[in-house]
Amino acid sequence: MQRNTGAPISRVMSLWEYANPKKFMQVSGAVLPWVGGLAAACLAIGLSWGFFFTPDDFRQGSTVKIIYIHVPAALMGINAWLMMLVTSLIWLVRRHHVSALAAKAAAPVGLVMTVIALATGAIWGQPMWGTWWAWDPRLTSFLILGLFYLGYIALWSAIDNPDTAADLTAVLCLVGSVFALLSRYAVLFWNQGLHQGASLTVTQDNPISDVFYWPLVTSISGFVLLFLTLVLIRTRTEIRRRRLQALLNRERRT
Amino acid sequence: MIALLRRDMAVATRAGGGFGLGLAFFLVMVVLVPLSVGPDTGVLSRIAPGILWLGALLACLLSLDRIFALDFEDGSLDLLATAPLPLEGAVAIKALAHWLTTGLPLTLMAPLLGVLLNLPVPGYGWLLVSLALGTPALSVIGAFGAALTVGLRRGGLLLSLLVLPLYVPTLIFGAEVARRGAEGMPVATPLALLAGISLGCAALIPFAAAAALRVNLR
Repeated sequence: MQRNTGAPISRVMSLWEYANPKKFMQVSGAVLPWVGGLAAACLAIGLSWGFFFTPDDFRQGSTVKIIYIHVPAALMGINAWLMMLVTSLIWLVRRHHVSALAAKAAAPVGLVMTVIALATGAIWGQPMWGTWWAWDPRLTSFLILGLFYLGYIALWSAIDNPDTAADLTAVLCLVGSVFALLSRYAVLFWNQGLHQGASLTVTQDNPISDVFYWPLVTSISGFVLLFLTLVLIRTRTEIRRRRLQALLNRERRT
Repeated sequence: MIALLRRDMAVATRAGGGFGLGLAFFLVMVVLVPLSVGPDTGVLSRIAPGILWLGALLACLLSLDRIFALDFEDGSLDLLATAPLPLEGAVAIKALAHWLTTGLPLTLMAPLLGVLLNLPVPGYGWLLVSLALGTPALSVIGAFGAALTVGLRRGGLLLSLLVLPLYVPTLIFGAEVARRGAEGMPVATPLALLAGISLGCAALIPFAAAAALRVNLR
């Protein structure tokens, strides 16, 4: 009888069940093809719609189309760090290994997204602003975010003991988040910007026209799903690597 | 705490402590700047506040790994961690000792080097004030970086990669105070923000650094 009453209670805590590596592997293995497929579909539709079936902007010409890569990549560059912040906190508080490994897995993806945003911005800036690079607050704080990613990844790879590495990088991620935010506002104080304001708002009156809006939303969802796919794949790899290491250690002991 | 401060100061200032190295580095760097950008006094006096701030920051970076590394190697860090003094307090004291042996001498030396770079006259006072307010933040943030990398064999390079991005806000506001001071503009806003960063770092970073040290001593 008591077992029967116990089951629903454990189901209330369902989110934490995925902290179990076995459960995580099962679910993520089942979900992965769908997420990956959906990411590919969204990207294909969003990008080709954006590139081939939208009109040129009356002032920016066809260069406006880089928005379909630039904005989603920049969005994911920031959100990847946010995700690392959350998973680092979960690791520090609840000691779930999957959480720490997910943070580790997200960092290189976030770095690549940041680099893509910077590179596409430079490619767009050359014809539009007449320069590849300007020390504009947004550009500068993005570059600094990239440096934070570099430091985080370097710290992970420098420490041998995986639990020590997870703890230290989690602390670095927390402190780094505060300083990344501080840098953002310090840089705003330091120089006035060339970069335009936010391209998207949650409210109805968007700064960009509907013709560009829907393909942009599609390609943003594509980037989110792509990020999710890559993080899942990388987390699964990390879990397998951990298991392999555990097996090797066990074999060495016998 | 006072005893720990005295001990750290003694270790840092006696022979082999590398006390003068940071100052010498600062001097050499400032001498190299005119050699690289040319002797034009107009250019030099424009970039002087920024160069002096950058030089002080890099000189500060040089001695960071010594905050914990020596104590970690000979085991006295373990004793500190098990001592009745909270580890956060020990970290704060060690950062203070680092500031007294690095940041403070750099601050006092900066106006002398300002002469070499043709720093405009109104800039000297504000350079001194901004460095005096900003270098404590550099020491405390550096102590956090040193705590993260204390157990590593090749921690030095990684330490600079980790710490330099964290120095960004301090550098921006500090150099802004010095630049505005040199140009005779009002400095109150960046000065207040710089002081805020220093105080906030001194209050909060020791906790993060102590957490990192505990992980490394595990």
